[in-house]
Amino acid sequence: MNARKSEALLPLLGIVGLVALWSLVAWREWVSPVLLPSPLLTFKALWHGMDGGTLGFDFVKTVYRTAAATAIAAAIGIPLGIVLGSIEQLYRSLEFVIDFFRSTPASAMFPLFLVLFGVGDETKIAVAAFGAILVILFNVAYGVMNARKTRLLAAKVMGASRLRVLFDVMLLESLPQTFVGLRNGVSLALVIIVVAEMFIGSQDGLGHSVFEAQQLFDMPLMYAAIFAAGALGYGLNLLFLLIERRFVHWSGK
Amino acid sequence: MLSAGAAAAGSAKRPHVTIRGLSKRFDATVIYDKFDLDIPRGELISVFGPNGCGKSTLINMIAGLIPPDAGQILFDGRKLSDIKFGYVFQNYREALFPWLRAFDNIAYPLKLENVPGTERHARTEALVAHLGIKLDLALYPYQMSGGQQQLVSILRALVVEPEILFLDEPFSALDYEMTLFMRQQLQRIFAETGTTTMLVSHDLEEAVFLADRVLLLSRHPARVAAFMSVAAARPRTDATLSDSTFIHTKAQCLEIFQREVRRR
Repeated sequence: MNARKSEALLPLLGIVGLVALWSLVAWREWVSPVLLPSPLLTFKALWHGMDGGTLGFDFVKTVYRTAAATAIAAAIGIPLGIVLGSIEQLYRSLEFVIDFFRSTPASAMFPLFLVLFGVGDETKIAVAAFGAILVILFNVAYGVMNARKTRLLAAKVMGASRLRVLFDVMLLESLPQTFVGLRNGVSLALVIIVVAEMFIGSQDGLGHSVFEAQQLFDMPLMYAAIFAAGALGYGLNLLFLLIERRFVHWSGK
Repeated sequence: MLSAGAAAAGSAKRPHVTIRGLSKRFDATVIYDKFDLDIPRGELISVFGPNGCGKSTLINMIAGLIPPDAGQILFDGRKLSDIKFGYVFQNYREALFPWLRAFDNIAYPLKLENVPGTERHARTEALVAHLGIKLDLALYPYQMSGGQQQLVSILRALVVEPEILFLDEPFSALDYEMTLFMRQQLQRIFAETGTTTMLVSHDLEEAVFLADRVLLLSRHPARVAAFMSVAAARPRTDATLSDSTFIHTKAQCLEIFQREVRRR
């Protein structure tokens, strides 16, 4: 029991170690305090920022944009992935195009999307959705294509029609891979949103917050905003993982 | 040899399945060439033969999983599409649906037949009760042992009350202890339902132990090397394995098998 308890505490070790090292460096002033404020100062900035400060508002803005982009990407990417995956010739004929745009940095699309959508929220959300769609679509299509042949055959031999096989077997078979796509998709969407908030005429959002703090040389606030962004990324990933564990209980078994 | 075997089978009962002129090749390899066979009704037939002779191919063609190049397979004069049949795969892990509980896995074929929900439930429960199977059917397949999963597969194949049941090496992924247990389960199921059953096996002991007749195939192109009746009384138990009739039949089968392996 004791051994298991200490096992569970292992992940905390890294956090404690990092904060200790950071405190030491800040306390001994090995790095100029202007560049690296102490953990306490940073935490204070994070606390005040999130508790009624602008950081909390920026955080909510970024959550909204990321969620919108991911929702749009899922709504388009999942059905499209299923169609492409179930018609393998169709996927093969589009594979190069998908791979090409999947490999294109979505940030390279900013100018194009600015022309198309203007400087509002739409542009940020659209670029992030564009990047996430391809990731989600690719994973869903592969999930459908890699459905276990025996399982498909089993359904067929029991007399299932093509449509039945698609809905009763392929769709469920592809769910674990779909969640891989969603997790990657939401991470990518967050990256794109934060970059967009920094550089394309944004008045709010975590990206804007980091950038502005840097411009004002408010280092504690800058670190706080970075941590907020990190926590958001980690939290979104965790959220999808929990949803997956709840609804795709057979994943990996 | 073939016609003698087919005639012997046909003399006792009207054949259930008639196979005529069955031909199949994979690339340049001729697996079956104008193959004829009558399968008697209500018997458990084990299919045994040298590696790669086409044991599984035979039942897969009969069950419609692989199209034959030529020939005709009829069930009481009807085509496969007009009858109900069950098929049990070797790989239970990939054949069951992990997102459904064992109970819903078993009931799934009834859903495909558009049987209403309450009746599906009743028929599945009746089948399990009738066969006296003790399983927690609220579990998901991945929570069960291999043998239990394969038992669920067999129940799923039986739920539609098939006229014929196919099993492709159903126990070869299980350990020996579980195999012994599953043989008993299958024997019980067969005794209860009397469904014509074709079982592919790579284990001669198992093939003889379970069968009313052992279909011994030659190297490809496969011919019927023998269609051997197994006289040992049912129900067969662990004691049957050391019974003299059983041992004699098994020795005969082994002799024919080895003759076929050495040929060419």
